Amino acid sequence: MAVTVVSLSACENARTDTLIQSSQIQDDALPEPLIDIEGEAKEGEQIFDSRDAGHCVLCHQINGLDVEFQGDVGPELTGVGARLTPGQIRLRIVDYQRVQPGVTMPSYYRIHDLNQVGEEFEGQPVLTAEQIEHLVAFLSDQKG
Amino acid sequence: MIRLAACLLILLTSCSPTADVTLPDDAIATKDLQSGSAFLTEETRALQEDDFENPGLLWVERGADLFVDTSASSKSCADCHDEQLKGVAASYPQLDELSAELVNLEKRINLCRARHQDLPELTYESDDLLALTAYVANQSHGAPITVAVTEETRASYEAGEAYFYTPRGQFNLACNQCHNENWGKKLRGDTISQGHGNGFPAYRYEWQSFGSLHRRLHDCDTGVRAEPFTLGSQTYIDLEYYLAVRANGLPVESPAIRR
Ligand code: HEC
Ligand code: HEC
Repeated sequence: MAVTVVSLSACENARTDTLIQSSQIQDDALPEPLIDIEGEAKEGEQIFDSRDAGHCVLCHQINGLDVEFQGDVGPELTGVGARLTPGQIRLRIVDYQRVQPGVTMPSYYRIHDLNQVGEEFEGQPVLTAEQIEHLVAFLSDQKG
Repeated sequence: MIRLAACLLILLTSCSPTADVTLPDDAIATKDLQSGSAFLTEETRALQEDDFENPGLLWVERGADLFVDTSASSKSCADCHDEQLKGVAASYPQLDELSAELVNLEKRINLCRARHQDLPELTYESDDLLALTAYVANQSHGAPITVAVTEETRASYEAGEAYFYTPRGQFNLACNQCHNENWGKKLRGDTISQGHGNGFPAYRYEWQSFGSLHRRLHDCDTGVRAEPFTLGSQTYIDLEYYLAVRANGLPVESPAIRR
């Protein structure tokens, strides 16, 4: 029955406990790390590729990455570190829908205003703060 | 689950503006409609067309046997229907006048069993129900889908449409975001199709067996980490109905082969 509650919240905005606060967002960026660790690009690459983690290759492609069949629903991320600041990359992974409603990019660090979430995933974000910091490090390293 | 379905229906109707059956802005134009087989390899398409090699035909054959079977009831399906089922599947889901409910083929088959054969319902997704459904669907092979919306069925159509456009699951994605906005693009190794139901029941490599459209819908729901509905639920029948209207004009292709 818990599922029903979550479903209804999509209309009534019942669940408003967001993982990040609006005050942390500056324009289209989230400048401060989510957690006090040094993100590691190597870890980030694993998370980017792996089906059990971020699996970002479902929709994105990076030239030179050793992964077969990278998707193209999202833009190519080769050189994304030269285009976007770490803070911009962070917000796009955390909750891009917050600054660009309706975007197909899923929000990986969000639990509020979701609908019909599978029971086993309820109340949890897709990725941990630590995993996201590793991803930010990895993508910021992609200078082209 | 039934209560959940009821609650969600309320949610969906209260969230969506009541629309006319005018198609939404991002709808695929009739001239651009393409069956899922257009996104398969040449080999898979050839296999689907092959009347000896398509594995789905095993279910069609089994359905043909069940259609004339009188071992459990004094009346077989054929006693009432004979050849009259040609083209029928192309206009399903449809309103059942007696119960005033929208029914899909599977449900119609179970209603016939209860009303005319004094037989128990076949379980959704059982081989027997899939076989009979595939047999009946195959009688309409190549016929264009022709499903109308009437005053009586409008609420179902709108519920299906709302489901199609409502983001859900931990990934917060709606059907239209993949199947209207991104068809033809790659999701890893898969090419996203327009998300039509005209091939179902179908044989899927991923299942290594034959399955219903509702099983496919269940997979798309769990793919975005949403809590899926029960196969055969009214929510999925309404969605099936919306998909059929959306696919009007495409040929019935069951038993199709899919990845
Ligand atoms: C279901 C598809 C999908 C998945 C999965 C996905 N993305 Fe995206 N992503 C998109 C789309 C679509 C955009 C473009 C949004 C726009 O700007 O309109 C995007 C944009 C981005 C951008 C901004 C790129 C730019 O040039 O502006 C970054 C960075 C990004 N994604 C990172 C990620 C990471 C990291 C993951 C995995 C943890 C991921 N994405 C998973 C669809 C996806
Ligand atoms: C994240 C992307 C995504 C979302 C969201 C999604 N699907 Fe799908 N869907 C796919 C992929 C990938 C396939 C397999 C390839 C194909 O046939 O499109 C598929 C297949 C299908 C098929 C089978 C098409 C065929 O010809 O075999 C149907 C029908 C379908 N989806 C309907 C839906 C409906 C209805 C929803 C919402 C409840 C939905 N999908 C949500 C990605 C998605």
